[in-house]
Amino acid sequence: MNVAASTRLPAAGRERVMITPEGVALPLTIASRGARVGALFLDLFFIGLLMTVTTVILLSVAGGAITGGAVTDKGPLGQLLETLAVIWIITIFLFRNAYFLFFELGPRGATPGKRITGIRIAARDGGRLSAEMVIARNLLRDIELFLPLVFIASASSEGGDMGAAGIAATAWFLIFMLFPLFNKDRLRAGDVIAGSWVVEAPKRKLEAAMSVAPAAQVRAGPAAESAPAYRFGEAELAVYGEYELQMLERVLRDNRPEAMQAVYEAICIKIGWTAGHSDARPFLEAYYRALRQRLETGMRMGKRKADKFA
Amino acid sequence: MATQTAVSAIEAAALRSDRFRLEREDDWKRLDEIVTRMEKGRLRKLSDDDVLALPVLYRTVASSLSIARETSLDAATLAYLEALVQRAWFIVYGPRASLGSWLRRFLGGGLSASVRAIWLDLLIALAVMVAGTVVGWLLVAGDAEWYHSLVPGQFADARAPGASREVLLKTLFDDQTKEPLAAFAAYLFGNNAQVSIMAFALGFAFGVPSLMLLVQNTATLGAMLWLYHGAGLTLDFAAWISIHGTTELFAILLAGAAGLHIGRSMAFPGERPIMQAAAEAGRRASQVMMGVVLMLIVAALLEGFGRQLINNTPGRLGVGTFMLFFWLAYFFGFRFKAEGTGTS
Repeated sequence: MNVAASTRLPAAGRERVMITPEGVALPLTIASRGARVGALFLDLFFIGLLMTVTTVILLSVAGGAITGGAVTDKGPLGQLLETLAVIWIITIFLFRNAYFLFFELGPRGATPGKRITGIRIAARDGGRLSAEMVIARNLLRDIELFLPLVFIASASSEGGDMGAAGIAATAWFLIFMLFPLFNKDRLRAGDVIAGSWVVEAPKRKLEAAMSVAPAAQVRAGPAAESAPAYRFGEAELAVYGEYELQMLERVLRDNRPEAMQAVYEAICIKIGWTAGHSDARPFLEAYYRALRQRLETGMRMGKRKADKFA
Repeated sequence: MATQTAVSAIEAAALRSDRFRLEREDDWKRLDEIVTRMEKGRLRKLSDDDVLALPVLYRTVASSLSIARETSLDAATLAYLEALVQRAWFIVYGPRASLGSWLRRFLGGGLSASVRAIWLDLLIALAVMVAGTVVGWLLVAGDAEWYHSLVPGQFADARAPGASREVLLKTLFDDQTKEPLAAFAAYLFGNNAQVSIMAFALGFAFGVPSLMLLVQNTATLGAMLWLYHGAGLTLDFAAWISIHGTTELFAILLAGAAGLHIGRSMAFPGERPIMQAAAEAGRRASQVMMGVVLMLIVAALLEGFGRQLINNTPGRLGVGTFMLFFWLAYFFGFRFKAEGTGTS
């Protein structure tokens, strides 16, 4: 990975480099625990909502049928109720088990909850996320989440106090819930089995980077017309490296006058110029362009200067 | 501040990296647009051209990123390219098999290949299940009190030690007609799916809980077998079980073996890293598990309808035996052409 990428990323310990099948190193960010928990709760909420709506609709149909006439076991009404019960059992089973499968197998590789929190699933080896991976990681969700919860609920409802069964179920639940805390890629058991991980989907705002790219500003800005206002010598450009260049790029893109004035004065002191008053931006744009040209020429020659200390 | 894309702008750009960018900007933007539309789920609005162009554009932009890293110090462009390549990578290497094509591949060989791949675990699980049945039988034969701890309450209504032959015979042939058939089948499916998923997923703990679950479930079977044997109804009971049991027990066997396969791969990863071994085993096992779910649906239909409709021992035995041979032939009998799917 080059210096540009490594200086730009925040040092939160969640950055990984993944090699795509084409051999391109891509920086990825492991999803934060908060985002994953949030996504899970959102999905559970959606599932609960779907189940409730289905149940209410089926109950209202059944209720209408019951008030319409007497219920007999073998009459057409009994058959209708039976059919409704079958639909209900199958729908509940599907909602709980197929909800995750359906969305994670889709082109977006994320459930609605994950989409809202901006995360998604990917293959750990950089290859294709296969249907088998998605199935494997979701089969285990049952054992990690739903089964222990059912056991805890049944253990605590029997007699009120939690006996050995309740403690065992809670321990079971906690082992799987805490699993992501004890490995560096924050994998849950299903991810280990499937060979998948949950990563942040790139932020949408990066799309806007094109239109405000500094190169476009430099080229189209006022400095471009009155180009030869500033000329910098070799020694004046040699003091800074790539890190400072990118700091300068950020200052130019933020476009805050006081920050630019401060940087302008700092650079002038460093290179031995006398800072003026109102021309911070044209100066910085010209210096940025000249410095980048110099550093990029150096890159092509195989010489890189990481920062001013290099 | 309008972005200029004309040829004159490329020539006017002072920096070589800017010229590089301006020359390729259109490809980047086109990829960005396609990816954005796919991320929003508007697949239908994509033209065929765009769909075909996606992999090509992805590789073009990935190579742009590689070049830019070596030649450009424009942090905004680099960041943009990294994010764009990553988003496109998600889509190009995302799950793209449609459910239909996946199912064809799965049923046409992927499933039986995965089942054959875990043959050793199947043998172990089968041995454990046989042992569980024998243990259940022996325990109850030694002390009839064991029956109540082995057989869960829902089966122990009339079927308790000491019940007369007539009562037991009745449980085999005519007491289920009161149940609403379809609802019962659906309930059974949910219940069995739960047991199988558990047998599979517990394999994560190095396989031991899976085996214990198998022992526990087959011990129940052994205890009931002993009960009916005592009344001289062995064959009738076997037929009663077999009509759906050959499918259901086979499915539970597969589920237990799948769990065991994962546990064994993690305990003995061989020369592979343990995580890789776990992931490979997990994907193979999950294929088997999809097969298990399908088999359980068949078993529930057989149990819910077949057993009530076929109310005699030879008929039940016939269906049960046919299903057993059907599954054996499907998994082991002949090889499909589309081999090696999914588990590579």
